[in-house]
Amino acid sequence: MKDAGPKLLQGNEACVEGAIAAGLKFFAGYPITPSTEIAELCALRLPKVGGKFLQMEDEIASMAAVCGASLAGLKSMTATSGPGFSLKQENIGFAVEAEIPCVIVNVQRVGPSTGMPTSPAQGDVLQARWGTHGDHEMVVLCPSSVLEAYTLTVEAFNISETLRTPVILLMDEVVGHLREKVVLPSPQELVVKDRELPAGAKEAYKPYAADQGRIKGVPPLARFGDGYKFHVTGLTHGEDGFPTNSPKVGEKQIVRIWEKIHSRRKELSRVEMLYPEDAEVFVYAYGSTARSAKRAVKEARAQGIRACLIRAMTLWPFIEDVLSDVKKKHPKAVIVPEMNLGQMVRPVKRVIGDACPVIPLNKVAGQLIEPEEILAAIKEAV
Amino acid sequence: MALSFEKYLRTQKMPHIWCPGCGHGIVTQAIIRAIDELGLNTEKIAIVSGIGCSSRAPGYLNFDTLHTTHGRAIAFATGIKMARPELKVIVITGDGDAAAIGGNHLIHAARRNIGLTVVCFDNNIYGMTSGQYSPLTPVGSFASTAPYGMLERPFDLCELVVGAGGTFAARSTTYHARHLVNVIKEALTHNGFSFVDALSQCPTYYGRRNKLRTPLDMMNWFRDHAVPVSTWEKMPPEEREGKFPIGVIKKVDAPEFSEVYSGLIEKVRERGDE
Ligand SMILES: Cc1ncc(C[n+]2csc(CCOP(=O)(O)OP(=O)(O)O)c2C)c(N)n1
Repeated sequence: MKDAGPKLLQGNEACVEGAIAAGLKFFAGYPITPSTEIAELCALRLPKVGGKFLQMEDEIASMAAVCGASLAGLKSMTATSGPGFSLKQENIGFAVEAEIPCVIVNVQRVGPSTGMPTSPAQGDVLQARWGTHGDHEMVVLCPSSVLEAYTLTVEAFNISETLRTPVILLMDEVVGHLREKVVLPSPQELVVKDRELPAGAKEAYKPYAADQGRIKGVPPLARFGDGYKFHVTGLTHGEDGFPTNSPKVGEKQIVRIWEKIHSRRKELSRVEMLYPEDAEVFVYAYGSTARSAKRAVKEARAQGIRACLIRAMTLWPFIEDVLSDVKKKHPKAVIVPEMNLGQMVRPVKRVIGDACPVIPLNKVAGQLIEPEEILAAIKEAV
Repeated sequence: MALSFEKYLRTQKMPHIWCPGCGHGIVTQAIIRAIDELGLNTEKIAIVSGIGCSSRAPGYLNFDTLHTTHGRAIAFATGIKMARPELKVIVITGDGDAAAIGGNHLIHAARRNIGLTVVCFDNNIYGMTSGQYSPLTPVGSFASTAPYGMLERPFDLCELVVGAGGTFAARSTTYHARHLVNVIKEALTHNGFSFVDALSQCPTYYGRRNKLRTPLDMMNWFRDHAVPVSTWEKMPPEEREGKFPIGVIKKVDAPEFSEVYSGLIEKVRERGDE
């Protein structure tokens, strides 16, 4: 995509363009609606930029190949939907534990199980957070528009590379298949970050020693094939990368990979606030639902209701700081519309507590939440 | 000159986890000898494994080593090979790892003919989890999950790989230690997917339950039942009963996948229709 100027792009296409702009060089995936266009476009585009595309035998293999390619130094990504996202979970956990940078796109569709393949949902927001076993933090970004599918994919790579962690880009079918006119940022405007490579003597390299690099809590990552001869395992390990049975060493490792993200909750939080100043009713929304919420909030304002939209682009780590500020503003209500049976309403409630009612507004089975419905909820709350 | 293992081993990580009499050390040694005799650059070798007793071997080997999830080593290795085709990528796996949970990856890597050398430490049992049956456990053998004897029919792993389009398949055993080294050397020099079924003994969880009390009993069993491929091919079916062939079972040339893909990149970029 060399030419500047406006383009008509689909969310899934914008994700691929963003990934390539961020330096994507390896994609492995398995076709599944509504994410398939991402694989198809990668198959077409990657060889042109010297990258590689592989259609693996399943989603488990795709996630595994992505980890392997990343360890060998390539920026790597996979994309999937519902059932495939479930299959990837074990190896996403591997990437967490072994601290392998990579981006996982999940274009959400209705579940459980095969559900409604072509219909939108937001039912995987907790799975994205907790889908793989064991204690861990997770970075999950969620675009609401085609342009954001591009910019947040770039961000996802930047975060994953600098924090040595998998990052999940959680779209929904609407954003994935939406076509919008966008002006993509020029390469000059784009900030692209790369992982830190080790600097010292190869023999002394410790792949999990966090004090050796520039980024606090994040060890530099050597590439396979550069002569470091290091070990990577999904077993709990010491700074040298080898398995440990010592509770002390183990706890240090588990806490560090949790802490490296948890301690950065604030800087990772991407939020758009619309009319926060004098607001009394708040709407917390994300993904395509946030588009309806925006309409509703604007309409409420037009009708003289002091409503505010909190549009979360970072779902996880949860934007606690933002919600804490909202709590201090003596809100009358926080409304949480979601295309699920109420998943993010719980973390919102945990921060807001008894300060005001936290009102869920839910729809499943592929129906969008309409602006009128959110507006009605706002009106009822004031 | 005797081989100095120091260069290839992470001796500081010893003692290893394997039981006395386990065959996995012999197969590991054979891999080291093969690498040494071929004079391969140790900085350009990546060794990848899944989960199991066998899959612990990479932890003791001084290369870039990756110990992955159960059954998925070949898929991880595929990513490495695609990212850096210049590397020799060796997969160490068990019979459960390769043929049960990872069977799908095995056949697809064979079909693609991606340049990996897969060495299956085949003790026909789940060692790590203490003796459940695997897809390689012979009919009638006892395992903790086959207390009345194994009912299912086992795989022939070399035939499986060949059937999937594999371009190199070979078998050897821990009894035939020198032969095993030679077979692995051939596998490592094959340009494409290569598979070695390395029969190994698990005296703890297989032998004791199956009247092969000592490791030596198990190795003697290999000696008495293995037949060189050349002989095997001439044997009538009734003589083959209870025996198995060792040696290179299949070797044909076909384009190696990571090279094929690099060729595509060149072609597409020459056209320059970015
Ligand atoms: C997803 C998953 N399922 C099950 C296990 C438990 N498990 C660990 S090793 C193993 C079997 C290993 O047997 P094999 O591959 O034959 O290797 P061996 O230990 O005999 O060398 C199993 C079932 C696991 N680690 N992960």
